[in-house]
Amino acid sequence: MKEKAVLELHGIVKSFPGVRALQSVDFTLREGEIHALMGENGAGKSTLIKVITGVYEKDGGEILLKGIDGPASIHSPQDAQNSGISTVYQEITLCPNLSVAENMFIGRTKGLATNWRKMNQDADKILKSLDIPAKATQQLGTCSLAVQQMVAIARAVDMECKVLILDEPTSSLDDSEVKKLFGLMRDLKAKGVGIIFVTHFLDQVYEVCDRITVLRDGKLVGEYEIKDLPRVQLVSKMLGKELDDLSDIKGEPKEEEENANEVPVLEAHQLQSNAGIKPFDFYIKKGEVNGFTGLLGSGRSECVRAIFGADHVIGGSVKKNGKDVKIRKPLDAMKNGIAYLPEDRKIDGIVGDLSVRENIILAAQVLRGFFRPFSKAKTYEIADEYIKLLNIKTASADTPIKSLSGGNQQKVILARWLLMHPEYLILDEPTRGIDVGTKVEIQKLVLKLAGEGMSVTFISSETDEMLRTCSRLVVMRDRKVVGELKGDELSQSNIMKTIAGHEEEKGGESVE
Amino acid sequence: MGDNNKKGGFSGWFARTSDTNLLLTITIVVFFVMYIGAMVFQGGGFLKPQTFLHILNNNGALIITACGMSLVMICGGIDISVGGVVALVSMSCAVYLDRDVLNPEKYAEKPGKIFVALLIALGIGLAFGVVQGFLVAYLEIQPFIVTLAGMFFARGMTTIVHTDPFNVSNEAFVKLKDTRVIVPGLGSVNRKGIYIDAYVEIGVLVALLVVIVLFALLRWVKLGRGFYAVGGNPQSALMLGVNVKRTKFLSHLICGLLAGLAGFVYFMHVGSGSPSHASGMEMNAIASSIIGGTMLTGGVGNIIGTLFGVLSLATIQNIVASAGLGEAWWTGITIAGMLCIFLVIQSVIIAKKKKLLTK
Repeated sequence: MKEKAVLELHGIVKSFPGVRALQSVDFTLREGEIHALMGENGAGKSTLIKVITGVYEKDGGEILLKGIDGPASIHSPQDAQNSGISTVYQEITLCPNLSVAENMFIGRTKGLATNWRKMNQDADKILKSLDIPAKATQQLGTCSLAVQQMVAIARAVDMECKVLILDEPTSSLDDSEVKKLFGLMRDLKAKGVGIIFVTHFLDQVYEVCDRITVLRDGKLVGEYEIKDLPRVQLVSKMLGKELDDLSDIKGEPKEEEENANEVPVLEAHQLQSNAGIKPFDFYIKKGEVNGFTGLLGSGRSECVRAIFGADHVIGGSVKKNGKDVKIRKPLDAMKNGIAYLPEDRKIDGIVGDLSVRENIILAAQVLRGFFRPFSKAKTYEIADEYIKLLNIKTASADTPIKSLSGGNQQKVILARWLLMHPEYLILDEPTRGIDVGTKVEIQKLVLKLAGEGMSVTFISSETDEMLRTCSRLVVMRDRKVVGELKGDELSQSNIMKTIAGHEEEKGGESVE
Repeated sequence: MGDNNKKGGFSGWFARTSDTNLLLTITIVVFFVMYIGAMVFQGGGFLKPQTFLHILNNNGALIITACGMSLVMICGGIDISVGGVVALVSMSCAVYLDRDVLNPEKYAEKPGKIFVALLIALGIGLAFGVVQGFLVAYLEIQPFIVTLAGMFFARGMTTIVHTDPFNVSNEAFVKLKDTRVIVPGLGSVNRKGIYIDAYVEIGVLVALLVVIVLFALLRWVKLGRGFYAVGGNPQSALMLGVNVKRTKFLSHLICGLLAGLAGFVYFMHVGSGSPSHASGMEMNAIASSIIGGTMLTGGVGNIIGTLFGVLSLATIQNIVASAGLGEAWWTGITIAGMLCIFLVIQSVIIAKKKKLLTK
């Protein structure tokens, strides 16, 4: 092991069915440092952490720990705890039915019996020292989420650990609690504990961390000293585009007819849903293609889900062609001519065991009402039409959709929504996980539909795709709309700068 | 939210108390209201302490199975094989003790021994617990399916062991069965003016011992707290360093073992073996647990509550019977009604508490 290293990972490999989540990742954590682990959602941060803590069994590679000769064998969270690794996970992993004190001590006390009095006293001491507004005997479920998160942190910190892992611990904390946490982290750092800090708040990374490791698509991008890596560079590393070759690939400029009097097809004002996004304004005009961009997890999908009523809307208003409409559930949106191709087709899109034909007619049938079914001949006619139109590769219209390839499944779902003839079509990551040919086909189709007068919102992780298709981009960071780019402003480097937040202009802007 | 810590009076108590203790309080209050109501309005038998002791005498086995059931339910599982195990145990013990009934020439000189019968009972229960626990915890099969199979298997085996019901005449056993433990000071004077001692059966003492041991286990032993953690959220429990699989396995093992013990207590009470013994006991055990404040979703429950659950169930049966509605369906209907009421009360109260907290 290298000098001063408390944890070393060599060539960690982890696969899930169909996905290679981690491909030969190396990572080194030194004594007394705060090390940020960065990457977009799905880059493999959480998987890596779960491998370290023994929640997942690694497929290859080795873990070295200070003070242990040879590779450490960590097969369960208990093993990890015993070898001095304590963890605060992204989701709160405490038991809501137990008391605060029990949650802090369960699974790590010795002996057979529980000494309630001592446990409660110890817990109260810790709670007091960290200023957590809870009682040791209180049932955890009766505390607020922030308090629960602080309890989880208190538990992790109280363990005599060499390595502390914090996986997005700040998402439910307010500013003062975050400050408290940072103070705590600095104390531990001074004591020589190595801390792995995962967060999607860039400001926080630059506030406390010493080094950054960036992951992308399950691969290691690199390990950097924080002072050598300015924000824009970091974002470009996370997205996988070098700033230098960010020449604008945009094709012919799309003409934007500035017509202030034109009534937008859809206009949202201060819309807010329970999925945790800040209220946002949004509009789209007839025949326009626009898009939401930002890092994965910045709230792009949550915005369109709020518009479609897929998440519970808790505030704001929506106007359709100038008239107020209420969209509480997807069916309301569908009745108003809005269609939504969801991000996760496996969960929200396909009905795996139904045939291609049944999957295509599903939305139209729902709108028509289940008591007036389409005739069987009619459904075959429709299915065949769209299979031909979108060039869906399937053995027949009766093949179960789950036996199709990802790209073809996506086309079937697209067909489902096109069949509705919507006025406004939302495509959330329609090109994810499909081959290049199909991607181009879908982009062409989007432009063709817009030419015919349909309004389309297009979301994609691949910025160049968005640049090719969209005439206006809404940029998001940390679940908030931070800017809008249109016309000449549309370029890779502009998008990245907006996502990173302009450091030169920023200064005073507070941590979200 | 923090205000609830300081709030005094009823609403403060209401918000602070854990779900488990809240439901326990409800159960105990309801039981006393019911029993005192019966004393006031029906009088007669309910005024005599022996009536209450008879409730215990008749339900010793149910108390034990219900305790095991609560434990499994707190851990997030369910075990519906217990009724079958009780029947199998009592039949096996009966056949062992009364071997001379089956084969008079061979065994007339050597009657079966009671402690061997007890070992048989515990062995059968343990075997069911181990196998079912293994299937549920390590092979991750749904506990309902596993124990449903266990129930059919136990019922089938009972008939294989012996087909017809029969009374056991083993002398040592009959003596044990008729042993009465006198409860001093609770006796009553009958019409002829003779003082009759109040008594309980040995099974009741066993049952109360089980209640105490399990209460201590769930309250003070790490394993017991593990049951709550696993039932509350197995994923979190794993992350907190609890051995989830072993905890689940042990919950089924203990439940099986208790079912075996309950089988022996049941056998001591009825003194016979029959394939139809303890039919529906698993459902009564589940009902008692729920009335006692154990939630089917796991993580919430209390053994004392379960004891009161059994007593409530038995009391309502007695009330129905002494009101002159002796037919079996009336009991069924009242139990159904009672379950409904309890489930509604529980969910209303828990929901109300949530509302109070998020205010």
